Amino acid sequence: MITLIDYKAGNLTSVRKAFTFLGEECVVTEDPALVRDAQALVLPGVGHFCTTERLATSGVRDAVLEAISRGVPFLGICVGMQWQFAGSTEAPETAGLALFEGPCERFKTELKVPHVGWNQIRRTAHGEHSRLLDGVPDDSFVYFTHSYRAPVVKDVSAVTCYGETFAACVERENVFGVQFHPEKSGDTGLRILKNFCNYADERSAR
Amino acid sequence: MSTGITKRIIACLDVTKGRVVKGVQFVDLIDAGDPAELAHLHATSGADEIVLLDITATSDARPILIDVVRRTARQLFVPFTVGGGVRSLDDASALFDAGADKISINSAAIKRPEIIAEIAERFGSQAVILAIDAKRKAGAEVSVDGTVEAEVYLAGGRVATGHDAVAWAREAEARGAGEILLTSMDCDGTRNGFDCPLTAAVATAVRIPVIASGGAGTGRHFVEVFKTGCADAALAASIFHFGIHDVRELKAELQREGIPVRLPC
Repeated sequence: MITLIDYKAGNLTSVRKAFTFLGEECVVTEDPALVRDAQALVLPGVGHFCTTERLATSGVRDAVLEAISRGVPFLGICVGMQWQFAGSTEAPETAGLALFEGPCERFKTELKVPHVGWNQIRRTAHGEHSRLLDGVPDDSFVYFTHSYRAPVVKDVSAVTCYGETFAACVERENVFGVQFHPEKSGDTGLRILKNFCNYADERSAR
Repeated sequence: MSTGITKRIIACLDVTKGRVVKGVQFVDLIDAGDPAELAHLHATSGADEIVLLDITATSDARPILIDVVRRTARQLFVPFTVGGGVRSLDDASALFDAGADKISINSAAIKRPEIIAEIAERFGSQAVILAIDAKRKAGAEVSVDGTVEAEVYLAGGRVATGHDAVAWAREAEARGAGEILLTSMDCDGTRNGFDCPLTAAVATAVRIPVIASGGAGTGRHFVEVFKTGCADAALAASIFHFGIHDVRELKAELQREGIPVRLPC
């Protein structure tokens, strides 16, 4: 059972559809009690970083931190991944979870921003044994759409180049983040979501 | 690893009454198949995105066919854009609920430009594509500064607006559109190639991605619109429906020409 966190920004349909296709049951909620008791948490996200402010005021933020500390698998997608970092210069007054160091910043490239379309991911040394990328070859293509990107810190498991190198995947113990949209990244994306589900199933079987 | 992003090939399904159709310059429609089946076929043969346009929703003044969108989206795991007859934030919300990742707006944005920001604020700019149907003004050539005088049309090319295509693209970007889908009405359905000068004029005037549409007939046309048209993506319908071009074969040709594409796909 996947608990999808709804914070009334963007569109959860595609993410839910992908998990359903993979045979996973989904519940969509912003009730902190349900988040706290989840077996596996997914935070999709699109749009402005300031929309994550609602996670703090609704009590979901504290519930997520509590669940993580119990070992509940947690996957952040796009802005959901950025929220796992300390914050974003897109909304400096909005704090992230600070599970990973450094702020997310706007691309500094001369290329067009937003970065929209299919680009490649490559494992870092840290990502060599990534659970999330199990069976996903280096240089696989995934679909991105974002203007801000997370820095390449020690927990980053894969990177992508777009004028500069940035964090595509981050992973530490039970916390996972992807900057791209696995639900829109064809078979590669489905494999990544399946890996997350498998990890969650193994954990709840223990 | 490439240092940039790939150029996208987008398969477009023009839908009316729940069926995919194809016409020449927006008229003389013929049946090309079922939207859900064709979307799946294109995605598995390498299309980077799927666009579904309900081409008669606006002219018939009826809402877009939600059940067709839902059915098409169900097993589609590449970006899926839906357009035609989106008049309000509620219309857009219903399409996102049905499985669209992006919506494309055209007439409604001309009539009430605020709708761009309304949808972008709720769903993010990445979810809002402004569609521009443009026709070059009579005898319009490319000026020394690279601009082309082209007028924006509405309702599937039936109504002239008096808006300049480049200026309208800039305004849409400022209002929060995430991409521009630029269709050349002069080229659409002709299979004689994209309007590269017009595409370049718009693509260099904005910072958001521009999708070129109208006129695709051969692989060479795609090479040209990426190289001289500065397009970020190119869209085609009929050449894919009737199997003249497999997307994978088209991408192989683009790769040989040094254009970065998603392969294998």
